Amino acid sequence: MKKVIMGNHALSYGAMLARSQVIAAYPITPQTQVVELLSEMCADGTLNAKFIKVESEHSAMAACLGASLAGARTFTATSAQGLALMHEMLHWASGGRMPVVMGNINRSMAPGWSIWSDQNDSLSQRDTGWMQYYCASNQEVVDTVIQAFKVSEALAIPSMVILDAFALSHTYEVVDIPDQAKVDSFLPSFKPPFRLTPDDPHAFGGLTGPENYFELRYKLQKDMEKAPALIEETGREYERIFGRYLGLVEEYRSDDAEIILITSGTAGYTARVAVDMMRQKGVKVGNLRIKTFRPFPFDHCRRILTKAAKVAVVDRNISYGHHGIFAQEVKSALYGTASKVPVFSFIAGLGGRDITPSSFQEVVNYTLRHDKPEDDILWIGVKR
Amino acid sequence: MTKKKETKKIVFESEKDVPTMPMSLGSMLFNKTGSWRNIRPEIKVENCIRCGICWKFCPDMSIEIENELPVIDYDYCKGCGICAAECPAKCIIMVEERK
Repeated sequence: MKKVIMGNHALSYGAMLARSQVIAAYPITPQTQVVELLSEMCADGTLNAKFIKVESEHSAMAACLGASLAGARTFTATSAQGLALMHEMLHWASGGRMPVVMGNINRSMAPGWSIWSDQNDSLSQRDTGWMQYYCASNQEVVDTVIQAFKVSEALAIPSMVILDAFALSHTYEVVDIPDQAKVDSFLPSFKPPFRLTPDDPHAFGGLTGPENYFELRYKLQKDMEKAPALIEETGREYERIFGRYLGLVEEYRSDDAEIILITSGTAGYTARVAVDMMRQKGVKVGNLRIKTFRPFPFDHCRRILTKAAKVAVVDRNISYGHHGIFAQEVKSALYGTASKVPVFSFIAGLGGRDITPSSFQEVVNYTLRHDKPEDDILWIGVKR
Repeated sequence: MTKKKETKKIVFESEKDVPTMPMSLGSMLFNKTGSWRNIRPEIKVENCIRCGICWKFCPDMSIEIENELPVIDYDYCKGCGICAAECPAKCIIMVEERK
């Protein structure tokens, strides 16, 4: 069934179709409609889930963790300051191996107070041990939530499904809502190997000395290493049922490209418009949209980027004192390969400033004119 | 009155034996928190109305009910005083720890 829905409601539909059993959330712009619709679904019986109202995002995640430990499939959503407030609980989720799935709407961190999009909120949670999916369309949001549950529950690692504030969260698009019976066959109910139950009592997350802690973290990393292959395998299984594939990356006209633009989130689709415009002028440019930041698609980057003459990463985020965060990862992927392909680190669109096709044309024109970047950071659109 | 639990410390030989989730590592058998206590709860059992509220409220599960009456596990009781504050019969009093 096709519907015209906003990105936030695409998250809600994903959580509904996955048959989430417990939802605990605190409202924050621009995430509010995600849980607003879910609370309506819980109230009118469309979704048979317990909706827990809480007094903060920290409590929202804490409630999700308790529910997840009890064996419930659990969903929440937040944004920016809310995600930052959850930070401690994010470590609990991954360290405790609880496969919560959360929507995060990319919103710039205050101050200055902002509700508009950039990625520093979610990327600040890089090392919490969560998988991170960056979406570029509302269809992708619905499909990603369903698949994220499957991958998370198989690996016992939580997932964050991320979309840009307003550019996706409040933008209406046509979405093919998957059939519930087919989703049920793709995603069976959550059955954790251990859970909180009086029938088999266990203490979870207790004091762990140096003699055992290290191995717990080793195992978390080893399971995270299984994620790239599992996400792709799950994507192919989903494609067989629903006809749409989502993997770790999405390429656009990159086969013969001399310059590859690297993007994430909705900027990825804006980049395609710019690619087509530049191609008409004879510039061999292509786009690689990185979908998963954790696990990072290192193998794909090596395979695709080493064929290019130049790589231009456009980051809607910054690591202060260094440069764009996706650019760091891309450079890290290329280290140790024979390739000497230069990586240009562009920063654009902080605080929700629009990234337009002409922003990408500026990026490509600069990259064409220079053999290597003149600076660690190349700023797009700063008034100087 | 505390139960003595004799067991060996759990130290896994290999990561393969470690559970995926940090669970039931038995560490609290060796991490007795009773020494943290500055004040200790004492129960005047003759006034106890057997309501079980102290047992329910104890955040460290340091109260067990034996023969319908509460018994404090001083190996783990940290002396927070919640049981004394909640006891409707006022039969738990907090006294200075001397040791």
